[in-house]
Amino acid sequence: MTSASSLARAGQQRAKRTAIRVASVGVLMFGFAFALVPLYDMVCNAIGLNGKTNTDAYSYDSARTSVDKTRLIRVEFLTINNDYMPWKFYADKSSVRVHPGELKTATFHVHNPTDRVMVGQAVPNVAPSQTARYFHKTECFCFEQQRLAPGESLEMPLRFLVDTELPAGIRTISLSYTLFDASDYASPEASGLENQVGLGQTVPTQEVIGRGQ
Amino acid sequence: MAFMSRLSRLSVALAGLFCSAFVLADSTMMEAIPPFNMTQGVTSISQEAYWLHMAVFWITVGIGLVVFGVMFWSMIFHRRSPDRQPATFDDNKALEITWTVAAFLILVVMAWPATMTMLKIGDTSDSDLTIEARGYQWKWQYKYLDEDRNAQVSFFSNLATPAGEIENRQTKGEYYLLEVDEMLVIPTHRKVRFLVTSNDVIHAFWVPDFGIKSDAIPGYINERWVRVEQPGIYRGQCTELCGRNHGFMPIVVRAVEAAEYDQWYAQKLAQQKEIDALSQQEWTAEQLFSLGEEVYVKHCLVCHQANGQGVPPAFPSLVGTEMVLTDKEGHIDIVYNGKAGTAMQAFGVQLNPVDLAAVIHYERHAWGNDSGDVTTPLDILKFAQKQ
Amino acid sequence: MAEATASTHIEHSGPDAGITRWLYTTNHKDIGTLYLWFSFLMFLFGGVLALVVRAELFQPGLQFIEPQLFNQMTTMHGLIMVFGAIMPAFVGFANWLIPMMVGAPDMALPRMNNLSFWILPFAFAMLASTFLMPGGAPDFGWTFYAPLSTTYAPDSVTFFILAIHLMGASSIMGSINIIATILNMRTPGMKLMDMPLFVWSWLITAYLLIAVMPVLAGVVTMMLFDIHFGTSFFNAAGGGDPVLFQHVFWFFGHPEVYIMILPAFGIVSHVIPAFSRKPLFGYSSMVYAMAAIAIMSMVVWAHHMFTVGMPTVAQLIFMYLTMLIAVPTGVKVFNWISTMWRGSITYETPMMFAIAFIILFTLGGFTGIMLAIAPADYQYHDTYFVVAHFHYVLVAGALFGIFSGIYYWFPKWSGKMYNEGLAKLHFWLSFIGFNLTFFVQHFSGLAGMPRRIPDYALQFADFNMISSIGAYLFGFSQLLFLFILVSAIRSGKPATQEVWDNAEGLEWTVPTPAPYHTFETPPEFKSRRAH
Repeated sequence: MTSASSLARAGQQRAKRTAIRVASVGVLMFGFAFALVPLYDMVCNAIGLNGKTNTDAYSYDSARTSVDKTRLIRVEFLTINNDYMPWKFYADKSSVRVHPGELKTATFHVHNPTDRVMVGQAVPNVAPSQTARYFHKTECFCFEQQRLAPGESLEMPLRFLVDTELPAGIRTISLSYTLFDASDYASPEASGLENQVGLGQTVPTQEVIGRGQ
Repeated sequence: MAFMSRLSRLSVALAGLFCSAFVLADSTMMEAIPPFNMTQGVTSISQEAYWLHMAVFWITVGIGLVVFGVMFWSMIFHRRSPDRQPATFDDNKALEITWTVAAFLILVVMAWPATMTMLKIGDTSDSDLTIEARGYQWKWQYKYLDEDRNAQVSFFSNLATPAGEIENRQTKGEYYLLEVDEMLVIPTHRKVRFLVTSNDVIHAFWVPDFGIKSDAIPGYINERWVRVEQPGIYRGQCTELCGRNHGFMPIVVRAVEAAEYDQWYAQKLAQQKEIDALSQQEWTAEQLFSLGEEVYVKHCLVCHQANGQGVPPAFPSLVGTEMVLTDKEGHIDIVYNGKAGTAMQAFGVQLNPVDLAAVIHYERHAWGNDSGDVTTPLDILKFAQKQ
Repeated sequence: MAEATASTHIEHSGPDAGITRWLYTTNHKDIGTLYLWFSFLMFLFGGVLALVVRAELFQPGLQFIEPQLFNQMTTMHGLIMVFGAIMPAFVGFANWLIPMMVGAPDMALPRMNNLSFWILPFAFAMLASTFLMPGGAPDFGWTFYAPLSTTYAPDSVTFFILAIHLMGASSIMGSINIIATILNMRTPGMKLMDMPLFVWSWLITAYLLIAVMPVLAGVVTMMLFDIHFGTSFFNAAGGGDPVLFQHVFWFFGHPEVYIMILPAFGIVSHVIPAFSRKPLFGYSSMVYAMAAIAIMSMVVWAHHMFTVGMPTVAQLIFMYLTMLIAVPTGVKVFNWISTMWRGSITYETPMMFAIAFIILFTLGGFTGIMLAIAPADYQYHDTYFVVAHFHYVLVAGALFGIFSGIYYWFPKWSGKMYNEGLAKLHFWLSFIGFNLTFFVQHFSGLAGMPRRIPDYALQFADFNMISSIGAYLFGFSQLLFLFILVSAIRSGKPATQEVWDNAEGLEWTVPTPAPYHTFETPPEFKSRRAH
């Protein structure tokens, strides 16, 4: 009996150690859930998962990039306003044609019709999704937020090139920008309001050229 | 009554289904039995999906016959009986390896054609036409992405089933819940590419006869393509839970010959331009009121109810409120821009100025409201310009 | 003082009298009983919600509840059945059986055991209370996809998140306890590969829980931060991504479905040999198959997301991996049938449920293979075909496994025999009701009926009517189950010492009914496999 209960007690001692080890695995896995966030972004960036394009400027060296004149790719622009985003948002042209390797500029416009200062964030996405890794933006308004005063307008450039490695079968790339109301997520660097004005004040409609060139 | 006749059909349906459901698929007994198998559809993708479905189904039926055959044999012939002792074996390595390998090989056989179809679905190149399908709570917007921005047709497609049918006050029509006020029109024999996206939450675009289903995710565009060879009307539904009226946002596509399509497109485009012009024209209060009632029934009634009293607090009443009686500007603003954080959407992007003016006018004069003013399309245009 | 009392109790005495017995108990049998009754209560609650859903779907048109409430019903039905009924029921079995099967006096960490149970009533009270809140209960589906569950959610979502946290904590503590018990408290001589299969199934399940419940906790924490603290894990406006939610959720969600089926595999692996009077066929391959299923379940999550728009290659990889799971699952089915082969079979209620389990679970497995085929899945996804599929594996799988286990061990636990005739009736009503409800859902799904809709097109009407009739039959036959249990406890015939002729395992060596304390001295154990 005594030996039996001491056996059980020894078992319980070991059990506590096991419990601590197992619990620490649990804690690790909780951390792992959060690690999935950057991990996911890395995978997206590396293989263009889900048509997410580069989020930082692509460094472009004109001397080293050859232009493939034999192919002409149509790049289609979609501008989408997310729920409750009252800005006017459109591209100059609905599409452009571009040779792979050729640097191209497209212009987008936003206008804030409301009577409050708002911050917008455009989220890019391409289809077919596997073209994301061949679509390089050297300059994009989507890299940063836009802050617009009431009635203010902004002209925003997008400079991009299509990689010469683009798979042969692809002739069209659709690039969409979904514009979200990011006023609740405004970062201090949001562009478009260099010499601006406090909240709620109205400024006359004017064309402001986007920063970052 | 419908209820009784359905009950009487149940016995037929049950007998048919439980005996040999899938075998009956092509038989003439179909009249009594509703569709119960995957559609073959009208695109090569939907047909391949169907054949994959049937092939895998029959393979599993085959496996099932063997496995359950052995099992039932055992259940019948290996019952306890006084003259037989149970066997004692509990292992047979050869047998275990055999069935593991067999299961694996069967799976390879299934995976091969599935892979081929997947590669085909992924090939969206060389399309003749691109249509953006955008999900909203709870309707679809279709936009034909013509290269000329001024020649892009765009419209909303709403459930057309009247509330009376849904609330069982009227007899339900043949296409109950699968009918819309304005169908998506596509040409046959052309490769049509869909770019599917969403305005708010996740929806899913599904037309069973096309064999494509694509989630509509805010911030994303998803690509699918179809080439429909057969003219006709094809019906589908949103298939991702998207809130209250998830069950009430059908997708109806009319596929027509190319010539008819071109004609429709030209007409639609002209119509769109005409509405712009109409907005500038003079309207009488009566015209606005009656048009407004139509618009209200279609777009506002589900939430604000037929009597305008809504379902507070989620859907506020429109009867006798401060805004409806005095604040016209505010009224236009809330209808045009919606109200963030509530179910009230921004109708400015969904309705044309004529409809907007009419419905606001209607709300300001219906149910005993008497604001004493008139809201015209010009008011809406002015409001929009001022924005 | 309290400690001293507790330890004396463990060593020497029977249960306290009255309510404190249940509040303060650290006895694995008491806690097992609490878990099982609690899960039964939740099963009835979730069942009532399902019946409301089926009432609304009896005919086309909106009859009883408006769409928002309908969404709340389907959401809460799913959450309560998954987290409140199935999982706690298996933990209840684990509490009762694992110490008795490995020859231990109790669970390794008895006080934590008490805590992990008593968290649950609070968690579910909190979850259920959301029905009374303005804006209503969670209505975004049990999969709670962002942004419907974040930006567009009712206010009660915060309580939902806290409730999930509590049940997650309870599950994790339960799993820690189970692992600690199995690894350290086995009677001398019992090697891992000597353990009964139910113990093995729970060891693997517990590891799965430890691996994925924290991920669920992580994902709801991210939601909480998004909703209240201005972060944007899932909100694209702030740089987040709603698709990320689905990846993280299904990283938890797919193993979760195996968490709900593995212990049932364990139960059936006891019942089939007992009533076939023949040892279990292929013990070691059963263990390896479960381990393989558990490991593979961690790498197939994206098959729930074929329509999300992943690159074709990624979809193909997830398709192949998913199809591979059919191999170990098939091996298990073959092994059970080989166990029956040339046995000496009798058909008592536990065996009936176990056989129904094998047949219906296999059907669910077949539809599972069909669903794995990505191009076909485009047609099946989010239709009633999927609803039928997962009810075949979770009701006919997990729940029938639970019924089988209850009828099998109940006499040993309670010392009373249930009424075999009524139990058979319960089986047949459940079997018929279940198939009536869910078999036809394959057809409505294939014909194109999306899931989670409160109203449907007319061509689905017949199927839905049949389904609703079946659901009421199935639902009300569970009251019969309650009656069978209660009447057996109150006035059942005493069960015999061995209960069944060929039931094997240490749990059958203790007296009937199982005394409050068992195996205070480790029992003798002779490995059958070491011949």
